[in-house]
Amino acid sequence: MTWWHRVTHLKKMEDQLDNELAFHIEQLTADLIARGHSAVEARRLARLELGGPEQVKEDCRDARGTRWLEDFFQDVRYAVRTLRQRPGFAAVALLSLALGTGATTVMFSLIDGVMLKPFAYRDPSRLLRLWEQTDWSTQFGSLWAFTYPNYLDCRQAVRSLDMAVWEVNRGTLSEPGAAEFLDGVEASHELFPLLGVNVELGRAFLPEEDKPGAAPVALISHSVWQRHFGGSRDALGAKLIFDGHPYTVVGVLPAAFRLEDDQFDVFTPVGQDTSQGMQNRGAHAFRVWARPRPGASLGQAQTELTLVGQRLAKQYPDTNKGRTFVAQALKPDVGDTKQTLYLLLGAVVLVLLIACANIASLLLARAVSRGRELAMRAALGAGRGRLARQCLTESGVLAVMGGALGVTLAAIGIRPFALFWPGGLPRAQEVQLNWRVLLFALAVSLLSGLLFGLAPALRAPARHLEQTLRSGARTLARGAHRLHGTFVASEIAIAVVLLVSAGLLGRTMMRLSALDPGVDIHNVLTARTALSPAALADPERTRAAWKYLLDQVRRVPGVEAAAIVDTVPMRNGSNPINYSTIPTDFEAGHEYPTVLANSITPDYLKVTGIPLRRGRFLTDDDRKGTQSVVVIDDVMAQQAFPGQDPIGKPIWIAIGPDPAIVVGVVGHVRQWGLAADDQSKWRAQLYYPFAQVPDKLVRRWSELMSIAVRTGIDPLNLVEPLSQAIRGATGDQVLYEVNTLEHLATRSLARQRFLLLLFGIFAGLALLLACIGIYGVLAYLTSQRVPEIGVRMALGATAPRVMWMVLRQSLAMILAGIVLGAAGSWFATRSLVRLVEGVRSIEPATLAAMIAVLAIAALIASFLPARRASRIDPLKALRQE
Amino acid sequence: MPAKFDLPQGTLDLLILKVVALGPVHGYAIAQRLHQVSRDVVQAPQGTLYPALHRLENRGLLAADWKQTETGRDAKFYRLTRKGKAQLETESASWQKLTEAVSLILALSEGGAE
Repeated sequence: MTWWHRVTHLKKMEDQLDNELAFHIEQLTADLIARGHSAVEARRLARLELGGPEQVKEDCRDARGTRWLEDFFQDVRYAVRTLRQRPGFAAVALLSLALGTGATTVMFSLIDGVMLKPFAYRDPSRLLRLWEQTDWSTQFGSLWAFTYPNYLDCRQAVRSLDMAVWEVNRGTLSEPGAAEFLDGVEASHELFPLLGVNVELGRAFLPEEDKPGAAPVALISHSVWQRHFGGSRDALGAKLIFDGHPYTVVGVLPAAFRLEDDQFDVFTPVGQDTSQGMQNRGAHAFRVWARPRPGASLGQAQTELTLVGQRLAKQYPDTNKGRTFVAQALKPDVGDTKQTLYLLLGAVVLVLLIACANIASLLLARAVSRGRELAMRAALGAGRGRLARQCLTESGVLAVMGGALGVTLAAIGIRPFALFWPGGLPRAQEVQLNWRVLLFALAVSLLSGLLFGLAPALRAPARHLEQTLRSGARTLARGAHRLHGTFVASEIAIAVVLLVSAGLLGRTMMRLSALDPGVDIHNVLTARTALSPAALADPERTRAAWKYLLDQVRRVPGVEAAAIVDTVPMRNGSNPINYSTIPTDFEAGHEYPTVLANSITPDYLKVTGIPLRRGRFLTDDDRKGTQSVVVIDDVMAQQAFPGQDPIGKPIWIAIGPDPAIVVGVVGHVRQWGLAADDQSKWRAQLYYPFAQVPDKLVRRWSELMSIAVRTGIDPLNLVEPLSQAIRGATGDQVLYEVNTLEHLATRSLARQRFLLLLFGIFAGLALLLACIGIYGVLAYLTSQRVPEIGVRMALGATAPRVMWMVLRQSLAMILAGIVLGAAGSWFATRSLVRLVEGVRSIEPATLAAMIAVLAIAALIASFLPARRASRIDPLKALRQE
Repeated sequence: MPAKFDLPQGTLDLLILKVVALGPVHGYAIAQRLHQVSRDVVQAPQGTLYPALHRLENRGLLAADWKQTETGRDAKFYRLTRKGKAQLETESASWQKLTEAVSLILALSEGGAE
């Protein structure tokens, strides 16, 4: 019989043991009778011979090797029974534990899904991303996306890597179905095999399709298959028109397929693209992913890449001087989500700690009042280890039950929470409760059980048994008193940290919401606009198409002014370019000041309500062929022309060779959003007329343009009429990323608002738990002092004096907690300042207000037990002895 | 009646293994056999027999099945496992060595007295 078998068949084991011993006694009795004893005498002798049956059984159980487990089961049953005797305590403890572990589990599963989980490709840990690296840095650092010719050279020369390349290629899917602007990808045929991704339907690209002049084919995403082809198998071989070009659909990708975190809808072979960018060693737009071939090492690959880099630098010094290639592990890039997650994990761990301290002090109170029972058991021979183990089992049972509840809460809450994440949680589809998360939750529960069970357990074997037994339940060991104080003080300290953090975030939100975005955000609608591919054929047609489109827009009832702009305020995306106030040709490797350039049409000022400070704004007379002009904001005026009048001054920008003349100064716009703008690296802004964009850039610029419309009515009511108005003769012009400026302004504070909300909830929870803790401990301490208080009152102590006596006790704990908490807050607020944009170091007033909130709440919690103490009837109290 | 000896520590296990080695046998029979074979010299308190049996079973030296006795009563029969057999061999060998050494020493001191 195996050990496991014995554990699982305890009942059977016991029965068999009974049987075995009974059989022995029967046989012995029979033999004794045979030898001439009377039946009664024989039975007595047989029993005597065997020894005390219970004693023998105990020894047999010990010999079984499952003893500790049986004890454990017994302890668990005992623990459940004691918990059920005190439902109030059990409810508070379980609820606070469930909230603590639940919240911690949610945070961990987000961290697990977003940051720890590798990409869902075959053998993702070996995937690499290749970069071009320069030995100088621009404002974006020294890593560059690949150019296609460099990729081709690397692929040919590097033997140790399998490589694939892709670039984002957005465009309008105009047939079949309603026209829609989509994110597409041009990918080399190696990409899908490299990632180990199989198509859901049809096939991936063939090598011969990845060449100029091959038959145009496309893969589509699962969702495009559903939306535009009704999910029919006939989609294979069907025709679609993307970005003005016809393709034949050869395959459908699985619904879960992502490149990095992004879903793309139309995939075309990159080798078929014959546009200029493909031959240009200066067009850094391509992402190169790679995987070491079997047997090859990363070091080998890196050596080969460096060699190619050196060769190309010599061969093409114009573009490749000082440029080499590096391989890095392909990892998810989740931006500031990481910091947010760690901040929240820190906060929930604090809440969990408070819950633990709370339960510890309640358990300790119980352990102390059970001191006599435990001392009695110790006196009767229970081992100290055994008693301590029983106490730990009790807290363990509590912890595991709380943890199980917490995991249930987490399982229910995790989806809604991930959806609630501001701006969408990156890699949200990866977040789920898996075994790693469950293991984490179990570890957290057991650890917290140990944390709050240790103090009572260590106290369990009473040290001076006879004293404890003699003294009755009412006197309190000095040590227990001090421990209680420590628990309450640490609860208060943690609550202070959370409250101050929440206060800091609240103050930040108030300050940021009051900031002027620099534009009039009311009644402005912005939307990216995709011109018909036909209109992009040559610059003149493009300019005419924009002019026609704006005319159409202005005719829509409710539109007061309309303009086009490339970078909308507070939306992601900006165009930082270098400028100079002295003539320059912007050579690489030299430092220049940076300005955020906005390409606009003149009505932009009217649409956005940006205030004109000096000079004039751009007009329709600033055209191609006239003097290049720009309008700058006051930040740039300060930066480029300190103490001078900028009007009429020339500046050189990296867009054209000729200097532009500054004709006006406007107010600063918080381009990076309300929270981030003040701390951002580049704040200076300039505006230049779209009409003066050089011909060769018009197409590229047009792909980035948005319309901005000031309306006399609710701007969202105009989305449909505007979409109709801009559709164009061919019906393939669409609006996408439609936003109101008001929404963009709100969204720019989403992360701060989200953190504030959660920290607010956590701080409230912490405050509540700390108050319960204080109340519980004081009520307990007071109840232990009832006879003492009775004596004092009998000797003439007044009710206020008694109240003060109790309150003094709690004041000491509260004060210690506040001092500790204030120190902890210093660290907490410093990390908030570092990790959340827009947060500044805390003002003393906020700090004082938050501490006052806590002190008042804590005093109210201690007032109740104090009042009860002051109403003790001395006669009754003394009789209680 | 001859004087009874307490069993030296650890020898009970050895004796049990030896008895069980003769064939499957239940606890009562082991007690009887020990009693008879040692001609009532060795006193194995029956209270220590069962814990010892269970310990040996737990260590995998003995295995047990419930079978019917000749009288048709269910009883737990112990038998030696392969591991138990090996243990019996090493233990009896070392016991042999020990007793030889002890008697050698005793013989020596007697010779010295002569």
